[in-house]
Amino acid sequence: MFKKKVNSTSAPQDGGENAIFNKETQGLSQGQIVLRRFVRHRGAMTSLFVILGMMLFVFTALDQKFGSLKIPGWWHYTTEDLPDLRSIGCKEGLVGCPTLSIKPTFLGGTGVHLGEHPFGQDDIGRDYFALVMRGAQRSMMVMFVIGAIGGAIGTVVGAISGFSRGWIDAILMRLTDFIITIPVIIIGSVVGYHFGNLGVGFLAIYLGLFSWTGLSRLVRGEFLTLREREFVDAARVAGASNRRIIFKHILPNAVGVIIVSVTLLMSGAILLETALSYLGFGVVAPDVSLGLLISNYQDSFTTRPWLFWYPGLFIITIALSINFIGDGLRDAFDPRQRRRITKKDRQSAKAVTRTGVQK
Amino acid sequence: MLAYILRRFGILAVILFGSSFILFNLAALSGDPLEGLRTSTDPSAHRQMMVLINTLQLDVPPPLRYFLWLKGILAGFTGHIDFGMTRDSQLVSSTIATAIPTTVRLVFFATITAIVLGITIGIVTALRQYSRFDYAMTFIAFLMFSLPIFWVAVLLKEFLAIQFNNFLANPQIPITWIIGMSIASGIVWAAILSGDRRRVWQIFGGVTLLTAALLTYLSITSWFAKPGFGPAVSFILAIGIAYGITQLSVGLSNRDALRSAQTMAVISLILYFPNQYLFDHYASPLLIAIQLLVTFAIAAAVGTYFAKIDRTPTIRTAMLTGFFIGFITLIDRFMHTWNPYMSTDAVNFRPVPTTGQANPLLEPGNFWFSTLDILVHMFLPTIALTLISFAGYIRYSRGTLLDVLNQDYIRTARAKGLNERTVIMRHAFRNTMIPLTTIMVVDFAGIIGGAIITERVFGWIGMGTLFNRAVTSFDLNLLMAVFFITATLSLLANLVADLLYSALDPRIRTGKG
Repeated sequence: MFKKKVNSTSAPQDGGENAIFNKETQGLSQGQIVLRRFVRHRGAMTSLFVILGMMLFVFTALDQKFGSLKIPGWWHYTTEDLPDLRSIGCKEGLVGCPTLSIKPTFLGGTGVHLGEHPFGQDDIGRDYFALVMRGAQRSMMVMFVIGAIGGAIGTVVGAISGFSRGWIDAILMRLTDFIITIPVIIIGSVVGYHFGNLGVGFLAIYLGLFSWTGLSRLVRGEFLTLREREFVDAARVAGASNRRIIFKHILPNAVGVIIVSVTLLMSGAILLETALSYLGFGVVAPDVSLGLLISNYQDSFTTRPWLFWYPGLFIITIALSINFIGDGLRDAFDPRQRRRITKKDRQSAKAVTRTGVQK
Repeated sequence: MLAYILRRFGILAVILFGSSFILFNLAALSGDPLEGLRTSTDPSAHRQMMVLINTLQLDVPPPLRYFLWLKGILAGFTGHIDFGMTRDSQLVSSTIATAIPTTVRLVFFATITAIVLGITIGIVTALRQYSRFDYAMTFIAFLMFSLPIFWVAVLLKEFLAIQFNNFLANPQIPITWIIGMSIASGIVWAAILSGDRRRVWQIFGGVTLLTAALLTYLSITSWFAKPGFGPAVSFILAIGIAYGITQLSVGLSNRDALRSAQTMAVISLILYFPNQYLFDHYASPLLIAIQLLVTFAIAAAVGTYFAKIDRTPTIRTAMLTGFFIGFITLIDRFMHTWNPYMSTDAVNFRPVPTTGQANPLLEPGNFWFSTLDILVHMFLPTIALTLISFAGYIRYSRGTLLDVLNQDYIRTARAKGLNERTVIMRHAFRNTMIPLTTIMVVDFAGIIGGAIITERVFGWIGMGTLFNRAVTSFDLNLLMAVFFITATLSLLANLVADLLYSALDPRIRTGKG
């Protein structure tokens, strides 16, 4: 009954639920639809704000040096300062405990304030807040560099492979297999053990050089199907060059897959960096990363748990946010994606069809 | 097909050759195995160096030494594979042979648990799409994705080992915990079972009260210090298993299957005390294997007796029921071992260990003690590994099942009047398993590679530890052996996954590249 009614109008052709979705997307470009869907994903939007806020917070906290240019940070300690270990306010026998307080005075706490060392001090007195900030900067930097390099190589290799097929495809895919067989952690260990002191930037770059394989396979698969579609034939008949077809016609259609897997690559990257630093093959002292901090202080959990909690919480927050953003993007780019249909949606859809009939 | 497989093997060999060559040279360039000895003031340092140079053939430049190594590997075709010597002048193959069982023990159970748990939760979330349970599980899955394993491991050590051991000293559950845990389980079950508002409240109330009663009982009787089911509870569990398995396997409407499953439960009750006698006097892995075979034989007999028309599903149900009831019986027996095990001097009432793969102080000889010891040592690492790996299975099985449920054949199945159980278990679940199987194959191949970080955190000596040691001490032969085994297995697993995929899904044809 319902279906018949819909069909008799100029409203969307396919069932009640589709009507709701089609109504929503009428007259919007693909980009606008994706954006709308993403904005509606509550977890992803929250995560986006969290990660942006965190980046701002973390990167402005400490002094940044670009050659001779020095941008002062808002935090009053650096990772090199060695203030005295303070024991005021700590439990019996403890030194360097955190001064961060989030319990307001009217609940019997000491009020909301950061204090001198909000995250406490490490065993030689360095301000742990500064260390965690530096570590988070490093970890985020590694994450973005791996995402950028891995994403770029993976897209290019996958695109060329899937578009050209034949022997080029065979060679590139064997190359991919080849790199897959060598686990990143092995490369990381071997290279890191020897060149470890070249710094975080170098670590990020070579990890990026070895983490594009999964992405390239996905992109290849996407290109293999897309290149058989009619719009590609149409473009070719119209005289478009291969380059134009790849960049103007196929790539925009594959961009969803690419963006989603790059986000997942990034959330994997931050854990990879953490794991390598933990094993001693990633970031090495005197540089700081979140993984290194946890690894240094894992035995102090029972005595000085703050040395363990804060870097861990930062890793989890970053990785969790990136994962949620990736999930939001996946939903946004997936054309089959269905949002939960609420009662309100149904009512408004009914209202639409009714007015449609009356017309 | 044969040509396809042969070609894949050819490619596999080429890839292995290339990547091992590159890794060998990279690793050889990454450090000097003699460094420690060169600066050593030990008078015998020079002699030691000569010995090392001799056994590891360090006088041959790396690219050529690779071929010497390759010669040893290729000798594998004649049955005498030669991975060379480690730095401590031990055979690499024997070092690896002791590490593999450890690693398999560690990762195998974690992988199994992760798969079973992940797929179950994934399916429930897909069937309850957009429910609160679904959202909660999605969140938990993402949280697990984002956890560094060593961080989890430290938390587990603190809360599951140290605190639990403290708790066992006086196993009374605090009243606040009872209330909290009861409400939590009520919420979880209400979210899973869902329904209209009234039903949800009923489920919530019922589950909360039941859990509270159970926990109070366990607390009062100090059950955690002296756990065990005993025949009565075992029988109740067995009946529960009988109904559950029948429902999932063929549906409760199949009276023959239900009757044979119930019979299995009754038989388990009859055999409870004879089993205990066997367990006490003839305990060994062989006994358990024989009992398993006997269980299957009984199940086959029972199934055949009750089945009127369709024999296979009835027998299958009886066998599955028998298997799980046997599992419960075994757990019961281990629980009875728990208190004597705790009281041994080696354990001294702190049963959950934070490191190590076995208790060296435990006197060998008692099958139940030593097996329980191994299980207890596996407890924390298995939980840690399961936690971080089951999230992937949740996401994947949920996504696949949702895809499958949107297919036309599911609509057809529903339209022709099949009940929901048949639609889900026979039509949807089986098709969901096709892509999942291929993922599992690849995961299982990764088991041998071990879990470098987990092994390190929990102090196990498996493949991951060997690899770590090989890299830090520039032990080239050891490194190459670990790499060779893991890489070969993962390449083979990919091949098997492809073949399996085409075998399971006739629409996919391999052979045309």
